Amino acid sequence: MTDAVLDIRDLHVALPAWSDRRHAVKGVSLTVNPREILCIVGESGSGKSMMGKAIMGLLPAPHVHADRGQILFEGRDLLTLGTEAMRAIRGGRIAMIFQEPMTALNPLMPVGRQIDEVLEVHTDLDAPARTARVRALIEDVHLPDPDRMMRSYPHQLSGGQRQRIVIAMALALEPALIIADEPTTALDVTTQAQILHLIKELQRKHGTSVLFITHDFGVVAEIADRVAVMRQGEVLEEGRADDVLVRPEHPYTQALVAAVPGLNPRNRAAETAPPLLEIRDLVRTYRLGGGLFSRNLREVKAVQSVSLSIPKGSSLALVGESGSGKTTMAKCVIGLERPDSGDILLDGQPMTGIGRAQMRAFRRDVQMVFQDPFASLNPRQKVGEIIAMGLVIWGTPRAQALEEARELLRLVGLQPEAADRYPHEFSGGQRQRIGIARALAVKPKLVVADEPVSALDVSVQKQVLELLDDLRRQFGLSMLFITHDLRVAATVCEEIAILQRGVIVEQGSTADIFANPQHGYTQSLLDAVPGRDWISSLPAA
Amino acid sequence: MKNASIGGYILRRLLQTIPVILGVVIVNFLLLQLAPGDLATVIAGEAGGATPEYIAELRARFGQDQPLFVQLLNYMGNLLTFDLGYSFRQSAPVLDLLLDRLWPTLLLMGTTLMVSLSLGILLGLLAAFWVKTWKDHLISVTAVLLYATPLFWVGLMLVLVFAVKLDWFPTSGMENVVAFHEGWDRVWDIAHHLVLPTVTLSVFYLALYARLMRASMLEQRGLDYVTTARAKGLKDAQITRRHVFRNALLPVVTMAGVQTGSLLGGSVVVEAVFAWPGLGQLAYQSLFARDYNLLLGIFFLSAILVVVVNLLVDIIYVILDPRIRLR
Repeated sequence: MTDAVLDIRDLHVALPAWSDRRHAVKGVSLTVNPREILCIVGESGSGKSMMGKAIMGLLPAPHVHADRGQILFEGRDLLTLGTEAMRAIRGGRIAMIFQEPMTALNPLMPVGRQIDEVLEVHTDLDAPARTARVRALIEDVHLPDPDRMMRSYPHQLSGGQRQRIVIAMALALEPALIIADEPTTALDVTTQAQILHLIKELQRKHGTSVLFITHDFGVVAEIADRVAVMRQGEVLEEGRADDVLVRPEHPYTQALVAAVPGLNPRNRAAETAPPLLEIRDLVRTYRLGGGLFSRNLREVKAVQSVSLSIPKGSSLALVGESGSGKTTMAKCVIGLERPDSGDILLDGQPMTGIGRAQMRAFRRDVQMVFQDPFASLNPRQKVGEIIAMGLVIWGTPRAQALEEARELLRLVGLQPEAADRYPHEFSGGQRQRIGIARALAVKPKLVVADEPVSALDVSVQKQVLELLDDLRRQFGLSMLFITHDLRVAATVCEEIAILQRGVIVEQGSTADIFANPQHGYTQSLLDAVPGRDWISSLPAA
Repeated sequence: MKNASIGGYILRRLLQTIPVILGVVIVNFLLLQLAPGDLATVIAGEAGGATPEYIAELRARFGQDQPLFVQLLNYMGNLLTFDLGYSFRQSAPVLDLLLDRLWPTLLLMGTTLMVSLSLGILLGLLAAFWVKTWKDHLISVTAVLLYATPLFWVGLMLVLVFAVKLDWFPTSGMENVVAFHEGWDRVWDIAHHLVLPTVTLSVFYLALYARLMRASMLEQRGLDYVTTARAKGLKDAQITRRHVFRNALLPVVTMAGVQTGSLLGGSVVVEAVFAWPGLGQLAYQSLFARDYNLLLGIFFLSAILVVVVNLLVDIIYVILDPRIRLR
């Protein structure tokens, strides 16, 4: 096929000598046709981002470089082009959209000027003409009040708005190809749905080809015309999106599709147990500013009069987007944050309005599993000590505590020998298992899990969720599961509470909420789940 | 949001300095009360001895027989009318003495700040540009050496080499007092005298800013927005000039603000070495003469200087960084 926009032939990207493998990308051949969206799907380490960077000539030279193959674009091999010729193509003929809208823009420059730069570098337009074009672009990505928007700085915009600016920047010169590297991963679900919609709309309107890199099959179902599945630098399967999603052929693709959390709600346990955790009218307001001479205090009502209860042995998912107050709730429950008013009762005992010493008794009963498996383990401590520490504090002899730590490691699916190693020797999923073992060591009644799987790859995510489920049953644990992802919530929890701006807008059994969402926000959350129709069509596992 | 006016911001910041200066005044006053001996005993000692009655009379004349808090209130009351008291040693009002010595110190501080910041930033930029080449190593190693060398030693060596051996610059003082220069001749003369003290005081800060700027440039260069700029097709020089430089400058500006206080402290040493007729030298003299009124005045003025410079730095910061809110 000669009419392809992009033709990658046998591309190899070499890694530096000191890394654990020789090539990040080995022998990838792909084509992107005009007016199509090709999704590259893969987990971390699959080489998908490296390939995107190789096309743009943005590989971190000289350590990482393409050492074999061709990238043919508009009749020229990008790998052999000189710096100047490549610079003309970057931003001009091929543009890129990045994952992190929070950091992808220069914080000290108005966003209008940042879009303007693309035009300034690649065209001969004069200043008024460029301003008019920037204005049109901002309107194109549906941002309100273009004139004000142009003068705004990145910190004045939300994540979704910033991503729209980045998209406007990419569209500035009507490039033939846009490379989008996980452009919605860092966004809230509803924002993600809007951005996906926008990319698709603009792609149709401008007839651009898109190379869309993602880890999420839901997103693929939403946007792709064709899919290529990558693992460890190689393309395993390639085909039309409809085919690959419905009839995956390669076992790895099948496993990935199976790991996508389904939208099949769990059913509530039949009998109603007495409540373990009860939250009544919880209020937490943050006051910002208010220096010595400034009167204008800013109040942020993080949690406004929230009431919840979790029956013994049950698990409740607190679902909300960023800024909804879900993390503040978690901090109040584990006693790191004092509520302004309201009661938290554990097993009928009040956890609020008590002193430090009395609070200490609760520390053992409530444990937390954190979001970031990399930052939540002390890098200087051996895994065994991390797990055993809680026990030692509560009076278990050291030798016995270490023995129990080994047992716990076995329980979470790791080798007992792992106790003698340091956290950095483990992968993200393994570390999250360690974090879970640590939380379970003191035999808590309640586990608060704050986004425990959102930093993990899909297949690992599934394993960790299954592990949590097993352990819950074994230990008779109750769980407060905090997540932004309705799909995950549905897999793990019998009950769901939807939190929006510090208020619970809807609460009930998962099955009821999925079957018949009452509140408008719940409905929009459900609609925003990427690839919803596709997921519903999958046979229930 | 930048909707609040910068004028209002400056006014608010000025108001906020009042308690700071008040605190400094009280602490200084109490601190000097702790020092052994007072002016009366010093004068008596220099006179070769005096009767207790005479010492008591001296104390009464200086107001030192009053209770402590009355003395403090008197002192603070006087400050409100810019009456900093009278230096009995120098037989002149403290304010006059201070104003006399203020501008040489400001001159020295100002040139030092300009030289160390501009050269430091430039060297840091170059080191980051040539990162991991012999040029970068040369700049970095020199910076560490300068950073580690004591001020007074640098001063003495400079005097030895450039004033005594080579006779390029005068050894001390601020101007040639017997030449009675006028107009531009005088300016030139002072500038000539200024070179060695400025270089001496600058080297330490120059090294500090160079290292900071280098690290800051390298850190910023690895951030996402630089990748965005590269993906836009900008040239490397454009990326450095438009995007990286301003972001990298912020920590250096912060550090420069923090360091002004110690710059004043450093100038005491440098002014002593070069007989520069500034506040530092005056402080040095008044300390040994137990001229506490004068010393208090110097402390007060130094505190105001530091507060004002910090205010200036904050205003510069607001202009440089739109994320700072003018609340």
